[in-house]
Amino acid sequence: MAVLAYMENWDGKFKKSSFELVSYANALAELLETNIIVLSLGPVSEDELSKLGNYGARKIITVPDVLFKTLDNQVFSKVISVVAVNVGAEVILFSHDNAGKALAPRVSVSLKAGLVSGATGLPLSVDPFTLRKKVFSGNSFARQIIKTDKKVLTLAKNSIEVKENRGSVEIEVFQPDVQAGDFKIHMEDVQKQTGKVILTDADIVVSGGRGMKSPDNWGPIEELADLLGAATACSRPVSDEGWRPHQEHTGQTGKIIAPNLYIAVGISGAIQHLAGVSSSKFIVAINTDKDAPVFEAADYGIVGDAMKILPELIQAVKEMNAS
Amino acid sequence: MKIIVCLGNVPDTTTKVKFVEDNTKFDAAGVQWVINPWDELALTRAMELKEDSGNSVDKVSVITVGGKNTEPTIRKALAIGADDAVRIDLNPEDSYVAAYQMAAYLKNEQELHIVFAGTESSDYNGAATGGMLAELLSVPSISSVSGFELEGDKVRISRDIDGGTEHLLVDIPMLAIVHKGIAKEPRIPAMRGIMMARKKPLNVVPPSDVEALTEIVGFELPGSKPPCKMIDVDNAKELIDLLQNEAKVL
Repeated sequence: MAVLAYMENWDGKFKKSSFELVSYANALAELLETNIIVLSLGPVSEDELSKLGNYGARKIITVPDVLFKTLDNQVFSKVISVVAVNVGAEVILFSHDNAGKALAPRVSVSLKAGLVSGATGLPLSVDPFTLRKKVFSGNSFARQIIKTDKKVLTLAKNSIEVKENRGSVEIEVFQPDVQAGDFKIHMEDVQKQTGKVILTDADIVVSGGRGMKSPDNWGPIEELADLLGAATACSRPVSDEGWRPHQEHTGQTGKIIAPNLYIAVGISGAIQHLAGVSSSKFIVAINTDKDAPVFEAADYGIVGDAMKILPELIQAVKEMNAS
Repeated sequence: MKIIVCLGNVPDTTTKVKFVEDNTKFDAAGVQWVINPWDELALTRAMELKEDSGNSVDKVSVITVGGKNTEPTIRKALAIGADDAVRIDLNPEDSYVAAYQMAAYLKNEQELHIVFAGTESSDYNGAATGGMLAELLSVPSISSVSGFELEGDKVRISRDIDGGTEHLLVDIPMLAIVHKGIAKEPRIPAMRGIMMARKKPLNVVPPSDVEALTEIVGFELPGSKPPCKMIDVDNAKELIDLLQNEAKVL
């Protein structure tokens, strides 16, 4: 018996969501009175792997093969399933992010283990194994039972506090029975945004809507985001108009984000938009229309013209940063 | 070459969600049903590929798992341009059942080329059916697909990653799990399409025998939140102070 957590890496590095997942795995293992095993695929240094030990990982299985630098859903999920069987994993955990969503369903089928995706916390009960998850794009929650002995979960972001739990780590190198020819996906090239905070990782997000009136008015949004170390985002009409790239679209059909602070500027707050940001810890709304629905979701609001308010906020943040 | 598009039937995204029977069932009364938004984008991209004479896509089929009540949605997909449709006659209890039913049907296809599935459904947000279907069919799957081009018998894919995009080359058969960006805007059926859709084949097939792996036992609506604290527009700077000292997020 074990809880097996699949730990994605980004060019050999882990990030906050990785430590969240280890913390969750640790708490779950405690609840199930079993131990936790972490699986890492692709080259990651021993130093980086050891960081997971600060959050409760005691045994890490690593496949350092460079073939695993490019995500191939079929090969990755095969290796995860093999390891899950080898270690007798009862629960297999993923983050509810691009890779987790790509792999968990395949692992679920290959192990015939029921899947709950986007779990928002520890099980409400262990028998039956019941989890809470968001449904209807964040407009409500469901309680879902997994009926099989083996279980697969993906964990929604910000569902558990990162908790330190230091101890020694045992690292085991595993060589799966996989050849280069098994990889069916060939990477041609990769484009990465440089020098910008990644939207899905950001603690603070400054987002603009149609109320900004023109793509030429994005200067103050970007300046405020820069000063706050925030990522920039936008509403759907703005990305549909081509004012901003589609990667910035937050909302039901765009990116679902959960920052500590979401600042919505000139966004009226359609239900589909709020679905993508409702997990934010705090929401600020700036809008000329005092009846805009965004104020119902917001914690702080200002009614007025963004082009007048933003420069004042920028000034205030500069003063804050200077003091 | 044929593209198969998996189609989900979901409540219109502006639906005010309610539950009945002691919060164990979704209240479908008065709900407008639509094509799952990502599936609609997938279908749109499939139609663009078929219309592009530079490649060899000659057919677009849609497949859905659902009761008779899903037929208006299927007809809409046919009106947008799909050539034919299959409905597996069952209300699936979970993603596994839906994927299993589609796989059982598609295994009978003479040759499988390309399957499109939306990244998730806007109702249960399982984000699972596409990946499960690929595993059941033993074909490669690519997730987070925001661009799809054909090049002979290979596929050129843009896959979104955190903070970037990868460009991949993949052989067929394959299954693409698509999201935002795959097509610019969903197509709206034209009157001619609506007329033609009535005559297009919609095959209803009986379900295979399979048990669900999970079960939803209840729903909860989110709790109410405290009202928004309004800050006077002439004192906008106060916001930064509140965020720093009250919310403690700066």
